[in-house]
Amino acid sequence: MSPTLRKILVPTIAVIIFLILWEALVWAMGWPNYKMASPSDLMPAYSRYWELFLVMGWQTLWRTILGLLLAIAVGIALGMVMGFSRTMRDALYPLLVGFNAIPKATVVPIVALMFVGAHDFNTVLIAFMISFFPIAVSVSIGLSTLEPEYRDILRALGASQTTIFWKIALPKTLPEFFGALKVSVTLAFIGTNLMEIVSPHGRGLGALFDSGKTNSDYPLMFAVLIALAVLGIFLYYIVVALERVFAGWAERQAA
Amino acid sequence: MAPLIELNHVRHAYATASGPVPVLDGLDLSVNEGGFCAVVGPSGCGKSTLTRLIAGLLIPDAGEVFLHGDRVRGPRSTVGMAFQNPVLLEWRTILQNVLLPLEIVPGALKGAAAIDRARSLLSLVGLEGFEDKRPSELSGGMRQRASLCRALVHQPEVLILDEPFGALDAFTREDLWQTMHEVKEKEPFTGILITHDLRESLFLGDQVVVLSGRPAHTQFVLDNTRSHRPTLDDLYTPEAAERLAILRHQIEIAQGRIPQEATT
Ligand SMILES: Nc1ncnc2c1ncn2[C@@H]1O[C@H](COP(=O)(O)OP(=O)(O)OP(=O)(O)O)[C@@H](O)[C@H]1O
Ligand SMILES: [Mg+2]
Repeated sequence: MSPTLRKILVPTIAVIIFLILWEALVWAMGWPNYKMASPSDLMPAYSRYWELFLVMGWQTLWRTILGLLLAIAVGIALGMVMGFSRTMRDALYPLLVGFNAIPKATVVPIVALMFVGAHDFNTVLIAFMISFFPIAVSVSIGLSTLEPEYRDILRALGASQTTIFWKIALPKTLPEFFGALKVSVTLAFIGTNLMEIVSPHGRGLGALFDSGKTNSDYPLMFAVLIALAVLGIFLYYIVVALERVFAGWAERQAA
Repeated sequence: MAPLIELNHVRHAYATASGPVPVLDGLDLSVNEGGFCAVVGPSGCGKSTLTRLIAGLLIPDAGEVFLHGDRVRGPRSTVGMAFQNPVLLEWRTILQNVLLPLEIVPGALKGAAAIDRARSLLSLVGLEGFEDKRPSELSGGMRQRASLCRALVHQPEVLILDEPFGALDAFTREDLWQTMHEVKEKEPFTGILITHDLRESLFLGDQVVVLSGRPAHTQFVLDNTRSHRPTLDDLYTPEAAERLAILRHQIEIAQGRIPQEATT
């Protein structure tokens, strides 16, 4: 069996086994579908609402990605400021930790009130707020722990700080950055859904979940959960693919 | 002839939370063009600080550092450095690592000429065929060889080596000593070698400077000029043993194990 085939086949088989066990469990326990829907309940939900799933799924996806892009931009900027300046690190770190500790579910109603009606903006904002922290921390740690010799080999030649950043500091920080991005992508996704569920406005998979709840359509709710999981996996593996391209050398080094 | 590297009464202290830490005080050093000066001294006495002063990465609190008669006021691209840690960039191949200084230094070789230069250096140190490997695929000794090539690729006037062989096993180290002599014959540079290995200082240096304990001054200078390129066997002659004994004695003084008066 070729390695690529194996890479696809093994997880696929695992998913199938998981679905069979799930179906068997629901059947064996005799659970009604409002307690626990089974995979066989999901197919009808998908076929009935497939158009909604596509539209809502896309809305969830683009708002998550936009929030994440914002988190990357702000996270890298904050990380650079904290990584290069001790004073800024000492000043900003407690603030960031405090901000990160606030449960975002409590921020959702505040944001919804602050920007009434701006649904897309609010959702992107929550996705961003929940996900920039790991990126900022990883970039700042990556930059501040750069061994002085790395800096010196270029500085001794008269290289500017900018050159040192692009040639050494940035690439050297990429593995940490992608490690954080894998956490952030999931967090951003949670942020988007949080806004969609807590403060629903008829858009996104979260709103679809909410409508399933009000209509007591339990298979639909489970179908949304699975759709969310699929989207989450999709986003996560995009990050993994990017990591391969831009920081693949770190993997080789570990091997 | 004026010396290429000259330090006069250099003093330097690091500012720390608990006040200034004096590291060098009254350090003199002078290396002629083409010379190779080995510097030994007790651990933590300020040897790395000395290299950073010569490279222009630090400016002394007092005293002067001259390169070619010019006062050193900052980094200059006529310097090449290698450290105990080879600090190769893992995301670049060996060849790309060696090319790095040429991307920085203004007016350096570019394109095919740069690659030719890097390749010929790599083959000089015995790394032919490893150009496209990643640093992690090389042994410690090979990485140090690559690091040496990177320090030399832009044809620096001054090569500064801060314990480059310190982390290597004895056999690899002796191999690299011989490589150093081979490189020295092909590449015109003036060298400063920091080391804690007295044999190494005698094998490579035509002058061995012993620094005192911190704050360090120049305690002793041994003239080690030789008429021919030394072989490893030369390290075991009675003459070498005598020089080794002198250096060991000086180090013991520097470490404070023997009072200075006892020698005079
Ligand atoms: N950036 C710094 N800030 C404060 N103190 C420093 C700094 N760099 C070095 N020192 C101190 O200065 C002294 C000399 O350091 P240096 O690295 O020059 O010594 P060294 O002779 O190279 O030591 P080693 O033999 O361990 O390589 C040490 O006591 C060290 O703790
Ligand atoms: Mg040192």
